[in-house]
Amino acid sequence: MTETTLTNKGFYTDSPRSGILGWLLSTDHKRIGIMYLCCILAMFIVAACLGLLIRLELIAPGVTIMKAQTYNATFTVHGIIMIFLFIIPSVPAAFGNLVLPIQLGARDVSFPKVNLLSWYCYVIGAILAVVAIFSGDGAPDTGWTFYVPFSTQTHTNVSLAALAAFMLGMSSILTGINFVTTIHRLRAKGMTWGRLPMFVWSLYATAWIQVLATPMLGITLVLVILERTFGAGLFDAARGGDPVMFQHLFWIYSHPAVYIMILPGMGVISEIIPTFARKPLFGYWAVAVSSLTIAFAGSLVWAHHMYTSGMSDFAILVFSFLTFIVAIPSAIKVFNWITTLYKGSIQLAPPMLFALGFIFNFSIGGLGGLALGAAAADIHLHDTYFVVGHFHYTMFGGLGFAFFAALHYWLPKYTGRMYNHRIAVIAFALLFVGFNVTYMAMQAVGIQGMPRRYYDYLPEFTTLNVVATLGSWVMAIGLIMMFYNLWRGVRKGAVVGNNPWGAATLEWQIPSPPPMDNFGPEDPVVTKGPYDFKGVVADEY
Amino acid sequence: MSIEHRDDTGARFGMWLFLYTEVILFSGLFILYAVSLARHPHEFAEASHKLNIYFGTVNTLVLLTSSLTIALAITAIQRNKIRQTIILSVITIVLAIVFLINKYFEWSAEIGHGIYPGSEHLAEMGPGITVFFNLYYFTAGLHGLHVLIGSSLIGVVAILVAKGKVTSDRYTLLENSALYWHLVDLVWIFLFPLYYLIL
Amino acid sequence: MSAHEEHKHEPVPYRTFVLIWVALLILTVVTVVVSRIHLGALNIWVALVIASCKSSLVIFIFMHLKQESRLFKLGLLTLLVILAIFVGLTFTDILYR
Repeated sequence: MTETTLTNKGFYTDSPRSGILGWLLSTDHKRIGIMYLCCILAMFIVAACLGLLIRLELIAPGVTIMKAQTYNATFTVHGIIMIFLFIIPSVPAAFGNLVLPIQLGARDVSFPKVNLLSWYCYVIGAILAVVAIFSGDGAPDTGWTFYVPFSTQTHTNVSLAALAAFMLGMSSILTGINFVTTIHRLRAKGMTWGRLPMFVWSLYATAWIQVLATPMLGITLVLVILERTFGAGLFDAARGGDPVMFQHLFWIYSHPAVYIMILPGMGVISEIIPTFARKPLFGYWAVAVSSLTIAFAGSLVWAHHMYTSGMSDFAILVFSFLTFIVAIPSAIKVFNWITTLYKGSIQLAPPMLFALGFIFNFSIGGLGGLALGAAAADIHLHDTYFVVGHFHYTMFGGLGFAFFAALHYWLPKYTGRMYNHRIAVIAFALLFVGFNVTYMAMQAVGIQGMPRRYYDYLPEFTTLNVVATLGSWVMAIGLIMMFYNLWRGVRKGAVVGNNPWGAATLEWQIPSPPPMDNFGPEDPVVTKGPYDFKGVVADEY
Repeated sequence: MSIEHRDDTGARFGMWLFLYTEVILFSGLFILYAVSLARHPHEFAEASHKLNIYFGTVNTLVLLTSSLTIALAITAIQRNKIRQTIILSVITIVLAIVFLINKYFEWSAEIGHGIYPGSEHLAEMGPGITVFFNLYYFTAGLHGLHVLIGSSLIGVVAILVAKGKVTSDRYTLLENSALYWHLVDLVWIFLFPLYYLIL
Repeated sequence: MSAHEEHKHEPVPYRTFVLIWVALLILTVVTVVVSRIHLGALNIWVALVIASCKSSLVIFIFMHLKQESRLFKLGLLTLLVILAIFVGLTFTDILYR
């Protein structure tokens, strides 16, 4: 008989300050994680709706539901919200905050007040973004990449949007500083570097990129705002500037940013696969070092976004060569995940399904990235739907699915309740099929030559666009089902014990939801590795 | 609320990481400088001569001295010499104000001559000189903002020292403020020769 | 690493700081004097080397990096490597257009 009364609500009720202020002024990593999670989910839904509107416009050539200017603003805002308000913070700020300290055996992060400040930076950034969309001359229409000279000349709210992105960058930097310091300084006794869960390794690598790359975005955005304010001509060739330099500065951040996006997702997969194969992760050190390698190598390749910008042939050669190298550590991860599955005792629980979906989608996305990294091919593929397909395969099919996997894996721990598995599986199937239909169609129409960021297209591209839009509707149904199922599970699902999945990392050794002080009066002492399943028994639910 | 813990080394390490973000922030401007210098070497020399080398040198000496005084303040508080700590912190702030006053006069003169970002006069002098002064104003301006922030931080911490909240046993706040101040000095150490001393 | 073992760093004597300050002033004078001598393309590199020397004094002595653990120094090295990459790779474009 499944338990339905959640008697112990852990950190939800056990707080020095009560009511809403107990949340808004909380410096507890779990409460901050929940606040981030709510905001991030809200932003995802908004941006997903914009995406559906884009697909609706593109179901037929010519104007369908919106004019060109509105279309430009729609894909710009879709990109800005998805990238800065959903993908980048999603796993680190929500799940990193919820899980990281506990996985280390710590009671909180190194700088709890800075942690709360990072959430406020996020909220301010979100508010500024909303103001940028609805005030004055309207939402920016430059694409999320803000290229000059258009971004310094258009009348739309670019400065406000840039300020919003700056605040969101600040939020990301503060999270990064917190996580690097926490991982170095607050590991429990016995938690050696070799016993760290892979999720921690991935957050560590991510945090370094957040610290070292994000400030470059900061200065780039400041320069756009200064240009719009003073009209100095920093990126104007006639006045000694260079518009291609904007692209260098922008992509010096924005390429490493995609590794900020994907590395935590890979960390989630590295937790889920061993748990649901009941086998230790294969090649622990290879996977750990590959995270650091991706972080480093990812800072070497930014100008592969610029092959057609007018930069030198020599740079094209150098960056293309370096781009091939960065694929290697990612491939190492995929091989190690697959090998972990081999001869494992596999349970196709919902988190595992999303994890397997991740591996499939990310592999396709990664291979597409190699095609784009080859300069000769990229001359034809640049700014086509092939690129749109590629980054949706990696960011949505990859990180998106990893985020959904994390929701299905950790929500029971942090809410104490389990969702319906059968509905979760159906939702996954709809999502997976809809996703691949939508974005494979885009990869195809991209090779055929359809440019991106166009509200109109040649008649011969119609069929694939219709297919992509239909796929988006299947995805939408899957998403609605998934969120409804998770919501119902959180409110009324069966109560779970400490360890419903039978996992071996520290968060599964404490109650669900965890108490405010995580581990009770005594600090934990670690004696086993994170994937040592000997003697670990899953709690029934 | 979270569990109280104290980790002075961790606090300093976090501050160093934050300083690295500031370095990367300024590096964007210095990269633009390097690119523009490579393309307009003669115009950069000509533009550099228009800057006032005396103001630049004096300001360099002022900032270096302020770095000395705040470093001395750390030793002072480690030795529990509270009065000395406060005096040295105040001298640091005074030097910061001197720096900003110098900047005010320096920039008033330049702007009075019609040299500022977006001005017609500047554009007439050609692309090389234009980009030099654009980068100069944005870099020195961003630096000036950091002088303001850094000296305010030191001011707040000096008050905390006076109130006994920062002590010889617990002075990480002062250490971290000093670290921030040294960064402000470091940026200027590079800015000065690159903008004021090109031949 | 537990946060419980905190050993305080020894205070750096006033004398040391003052001596470093004098060195910084001397290096500043050198920078200005050398910058008035025509060395062509070498001028900028001399200026950068002297600025790096001054920075090293500030970083290691004024900012106490000398006394900090190896982790802190590794962090600085990481920053410098990343900076070198950003500047260096950008110039594969700029120098060869």
